[in-house]
Amino acid sequence: MTPAGDFRTSYRADMTIFPTRGSRVALWIGLALACAAPLVLDRYALGLAINIGIMGIAALGLNILVGFTGQISIGHAAFFGFGAFASAGLVEHGVPVVLAIPLAGLATTLVGLVFGLPAARLKGLYLAIATLAAQFILEDFFARAQWFSGGVAGRVTEPFTLGPLRFDTENSYFYVVLAAVIVMFVAAANLMRTRDGRALVAIRDHYLSAEMMGINLAWYRTLSFGIASFYAGIAGALYAHYLLFVSVEAFNILFSIQFLGMVIIGGLGSIMGSLLGAAFMVLLPEVVQTLVELLQGGAIDRALHLGNGVAFLKEMAIGAAIILFLVFEPDGLARRWRLIKAYWKLYPFSY
Amino acid sequence: MKRRISRGKDLGDVRVPADMAAAEPTLDPPTEAAPDLAPAPAQPEPILDVAGVSLRFGGVRALTDVSFAVRQGEIFSIIGPNGAGKTSMLNCISGRYRPTEGRIRFDGRDITRLRTSRRAAIGIGRTFQNLALFGHMSVLDNIVVGRHHLLRHGFLSGMLYWWGGAQREEIEHRHAVEEIIDFLEIQHVRKEMAGTLSYGLRKRVELARAVALRPKLILLDEPMAGMNLEEKEDMARFIVDLNVEWGMTVLMIEHDMGVVMDISHRVMVLDFGRRLAEGAPEAVLADPHVRRAYLGEVDEEAPALEAAGA
Repeated sequence: MTPAGDFRTSYRADMTIFPTRGSRVALWIGLALACAAPLVLDRYALGLAINIGIMGIAALGLNILVGFTGQISIGHAAFFGFGAFASAGLVEHGVPVVLAIPLAGLATTLVGLVFGLPAARLKGLYLAIATLAAQFILEDFFARAQWFSGGVAGRVTEPFTLGPLRFDTENSYFYVVLAAVIVMFVAAANLMRTRDGRALVAIRDHYLSAEMMGINLAWYRTLSFGIASFYAGIAGALYAHYLLFVSVEAFNILFSIQFLGMVIIGGLGSIMGSLLGAAFMVLLPEVVQTLVELLQGGAIDRALHLGNGVAFLKEMAIGAAIILFLVFEPDGLARRWRLIKAYWKLYPFSY
Repeated sequence: MKRRISRGKDLGDVRVPADMAAAEPTLDPPTEAAPDLAPAPAQPEPILDVAGVSLRFGGVRALTDVSFAVRQGEIFSIIGPNGAGKTSMLNCISGRYRPTEGRIRFDGRDITRLRTSRRAAIGIGRTFQNLALFGHMSVLDNIVVGRHHLLRHGFLSGMLYWWGGAQREEIEHRHAVEEIIDFLEIQHVRKEMAGTLSYGLRKRVELARAVALRPKLILLDEPMAGMNLEEKEDMARFIVDLNVEWGMTVLMIEHDMGVVMDISHRVMVLDFGRRLAEGAPEAVLADPHVRRAYLGEVDEEAPALEAAGA
């Protein structure tokens, strides 16, 4: 939907990512606000923002696989972990962190392509089981391969440095993650408006006619797995150099499911939705925590003798929120966002 | 009885008049001997040569020893009762099925075992009987997918977009796609999601997508099924224009006999996976075996069918 008077006079102007002037202005304001965030926010809030960025990149990778190509993976956390360990390992061997992160992404891509080979043939639940195998194989590999992951002890790694600059605090590392988020999201948006991105969506929507259009199904299904792994690897590497410590336990199947949750809540097949979904999943526990703290010692608490039960209430509330979300907003936050925009565009005549 | 449209004189001027699709139900043979046979296409050399193709699924014989040739530049129709194997034949040509026996040559090369996804690049495009659009893509994107094999920029240069020429390529192909959109008169829906369009428009978008491949041979599986009269007229006009102006050879399956008889240069009749007859539309209609297959005349001599299949 374009505002009145916005006429495109060239195909170039008709093929932009941000179609209206309003959205472009909003983009620049948003970027400026993001750049200014470390000046106003405290360390805790910045830590959350960094987490949203990292999870957003990984969720975007999974969205390319699940939302755009229509495949499925429940082993995404394993690839995320592989990226983290690979980057930490490379740094251990003297590779500077700046290079280690993209290299870890490439290494994860290779691993993803190997485990993605079944994806060329399998679909749906069968592929889900195949990726489940990938999850467990990689997890086991992390636990046993001392040389790679440091075994159960985990691996300590270096902070991100660029020349004389050390990005070892939330305030500074925020910019690293911000830059990565911008690059990765722009790349994905560009991918989706060019040949190979369209091929992925075509395979999702109707693979038989996609094949008739000259699209090699096996190649693109595997490619999609590779791209998803690359995004997971990059995000994992960023995660490693944020925490400065990587250990095996984090990358379990629950984490994989959480990524799926982000993608579904954010909106399948939506670039922006990946970030929204990640933000939702990171912020929801915080919001619930705040509510619980308000509740604690209050009238309701005393009346119902909740006591320690309040802590469990938190977990239940998160689960309930996700279920409610899926019931009332099955198309994800991205769709809700579009509806809100449409509403204001037509305000006050919302019909 | 209404006269059948004559279009004998000039190849360049083949136009389907507006009342084309309104031609009377056509199982009765034309009363006059047909001088309006299609002008023989300039090049008699077949672009598609199907030789002795059989297709079996276990014990079911979908096709039995079917042979025919489509000449460069003609509109060739396959007709036949339901389940006669028309779509199976098309699937063999487009690569969805591998024939159990026989071979298929296209444009001078054997494509019997060629991978489906390679066939777009050598010049075969098709539409499907049941709509097969990419429902969650815009009409524009649907049609651009048809350009897949003509685009060169893969995922790496695609991600870089502004650097490396992907943008320029996209814009170039946008011009080509807009030309097809203009031709098929779907400008007003180019930004709509394909899945939200009406049936007739979806059929048209699907045709646009197949045309975007720039095929030498376009396979149309019931392009007019489920359309109203007006939409049928439009579609017939598009098919004739594709053939005459864009120089595409058309292989079409269609049940509407009015359309088939009016725009086809040659017609083949399939029944129970066998070829019953082939030739100019009028000759085919006059064929007693065809009349029997369609009208179900009592035939005492079953072997006659066998003889016709040969």
